[in-house]
Amino acid sequence: MAKFSGTRAHVYLAMLPVWIIVLVALVSSTVWTFVISLTNSKLLPVYKFNFFHQYELLLKQPAWQVAVSNLIVFGVLFIAICLVFGFVMAIMMDQRIRGEAFFRTVFLYPYAMSFVVTGLVWQWVLNPGFGIQAAVRGLGFENFTFDWIVQPDRAIYILVLAAVWQGSGLVMAILLAGLRGVDEDLWKATRIDGIAKWRVYTSIVLPIIAPMAATATVLLAVSVVKAYDLVVALTGGGPGNATEVPAKFVMENLFARQNVALANAGAIMMLVAVIAILVPMYYARRYMAQKAEV
Amino acid sequence: MRMSSEKTLARTGVYAFLVISAAFFLMPFYVMVVTSLKTMDEIRVTSIFALPDTPTLQAWVTAWQSACTGLNCNGLSVGFFNSVMIMVPATVFSILLGAVTGYALSFWRPKGTGLIFGILLVAAFIPYQVFIYPLVRMLSQVGLYNSLAGIVAIHVIFGMPIMVLLFRNYYAGLPRDLFSAARVDGGGFWVIFIRLILPLSPPILIVAVILQSTHIWNDFLFGLVFAGSDNQPMTVLLNNIVNSTQGEKAYNVNMAATILTAAVPLIIYLASGRWFVRGIAAGAVKG
Repeated sequence: MAKFSGTRAHVYLAMLPVWIIVLVALVSSTVWTFVISLTNSKLLPVYKFNFFHQYELLLKQPAWQVAVSNLIVFGVLFIAICLVFGFVMAIMMDQRIRGEAFFRTVFLYPYAMSFVVTGLVWQWVLNPGFGIQAAVRGLGFENFTFDWIVQPDRAIYILVLAAVWQGSGLVMAILLAGLRGVDEDLWKATRIDGIAKWRVYTSIVLPIIAPMAATATVLLAVSVVKAYDLVVALTGGGPGNATEVPAKFVMENLFARQNVALANAGAIMMLVAVIAILVPMYYARRYMAQKAEV
Repeated sequence: MRMSSEKTLARTGVYAFLVISAAFFLMPFYVMVVTSLKTMDEIRVTSIFALPDTPTLQAWVTAWQSACTGLNCNGLSVGFFNSVMIMVPATVFSILLGAVTGYALSFWRPKGTGLIFGILLVAAFIPYQVFIYPLVRMLSQVGLYNSLAGIVAIHVIFGMPIMVLLFRNYYAGLPRDLFSAARVDGGGFWVIFIRLILPLSPPILIVAVILQSTHIWNDFLFGLVFAGSDNQPMTVLLNNIVNSTQGEKAYNVNMAATILTAAVPLIIYLASGRWFVRGIAAGAVKG
C-alpha cells in the first residue's frame, strides 16, 4: 500500500511542470490580458476599470479597421487558393506519376522555411527595380508592369502570393494522404461504370476526404489570424497601411506605442476570432461523426 | 486507338501541371542562389534570372562575418550561434516534458487529465499575442526577461500543447496490456517509463525533434520579444540586416544571409524526408 501511494506521488510530481505551465503561463496570462483590456493601462498596468471602453476605442480606430479588413481579404484568398491549388496538386500527384518523391520535396520545401525567409525572398523577387518586372522589361517588353508590392491597392495580393507559396504544399501533403486512403475498389467500380475521372474526384472522393480538408482549413485559418512575421518581413505593413494586420497592430501598441490596454483588447479580439473559427468546426465534426455512426 | 491518344494527352497535362508548379516553387530559391553569387555591379545590370558571370562567394562571407544592423557589423554568425543556443535546450526540454506528461496522461490518468488535455488542446490555437504581455511581466519579475533562459522557457511553454498531444496520441496507440503487465511486476512510474516506454518511443521522438527544432529555429516573434539583444536568434537578426539598412541595400549579401538562415530547417527537411511529412500529419491531428 505504501509503495502504491509512493508511485502515485511520482505521477503527480511528474505532472507538476505541466500544471504550472498550464495554470500560470497559459490560463492566468489569458485572464490577465483580458483584465488589462478592461483598464486604461498605458505603459504599465493600472487597475482602474473602464470596462469595454478600450474595445470601443479599438473598433473605432481606422488603423484597426484597416488591419481587420486586410486580414479578411488576405485570409479568404489565401485559404481558398491554398485549398484549390493544394487539392489539384494532390490529385496530380495521385496519378501514378514518375518522380513523385521529387515533386513532393519541391512542393513542400517552402513550408520548412520561416515566414521571415519567405517574406524576404519574395520582397526581392518582386522588387520593381530589379525583380520580375525589370527582368521582363529587359526582354524587350518595355511597358510590362508588375509592381503590386508598391501599390497600396494591390500589395495585399502579394502577401497572398507569398503565403500560398509557403503553405499550399502542406495542403497538398494532407490531402494526398487522404487520397491514398481512398478504397481501390471505388476506383474500379467507377471505371466499370464509365464515370469520368474528374467527376469521381469532385463528387465522390472530395466528400470522403472532407475531414482532411477541414483539418487543413483550420490549420490555415489559425495561421491567418496569427499572421505577423510574413508581413513584417515582406512589406512591413506598407505601402502606407495596405498590409497592416491585427497581430502587428497589437505588437506595435504593446511595445512601440505603449498602449497596453488597447493592445490587449486587440489580442482578445483575435482570440474571439479564433473561437469563432473553431467552435462551428468542432460542432460540425461532432455532427458528422454522429451521422457516420447512425 | 483514340482512347490511348486521349490518355497520352491527359498524361502530358498532368506532367505539364506538375512541372510548371515545381517551377513556381523553385523559382524564388533559384533567384536567391544566383543573386547571392553575384557582385552588386552585376546585379544592377543583369536580370535576376541570369546566371552569375563570375560566381563569387564574397556576399556569403560578408553575410556571415560582417553584415550590419545599425552600427553593429558582426554578421549573421552571431545569430546562428544564438539560435543554436536557443534551439538545443528548448528542443530537449520540451520533448522530455512532453514525453513524460504524455506518458502520465495516457497510462496513469491522474486527476485532472481531461482538464489539462482540454486546456492544452485549446491553447494550441490561441494567438500568441494573448499571452505576450503577461509573460513579459512575469519573466521580468523573476529576472528572466531578455535572457537565454527566458527565451528557452518560452519555447518550452509554447511547445507544450503540441508535444503533449503528440506523445499522448502515440502512447494511446500502444497496447495497454504491456503497461498492466509491468504494473503487476511492480514497476513504478519512472521505471516503466525508462525501461518500457522510452524504448518504444524512437519513431515519435524523431517526429518530435523534427517538429520542435524547425519550429524553434523558424520562430521570429518570441525571439524578437523575449530573447533580448544579446541572444537575438538568426531570424530576427536577418530581418534587421535586410529591412533596417539605410541607403542602397546589398542585395547579394541579403540573399546569402537569407539562404544561411533557411539552411538549418532545409537540411532537417531534406534529411528527414518522409518523417517530416509524418510530423505534419501528427501536427495536423490537433485540428
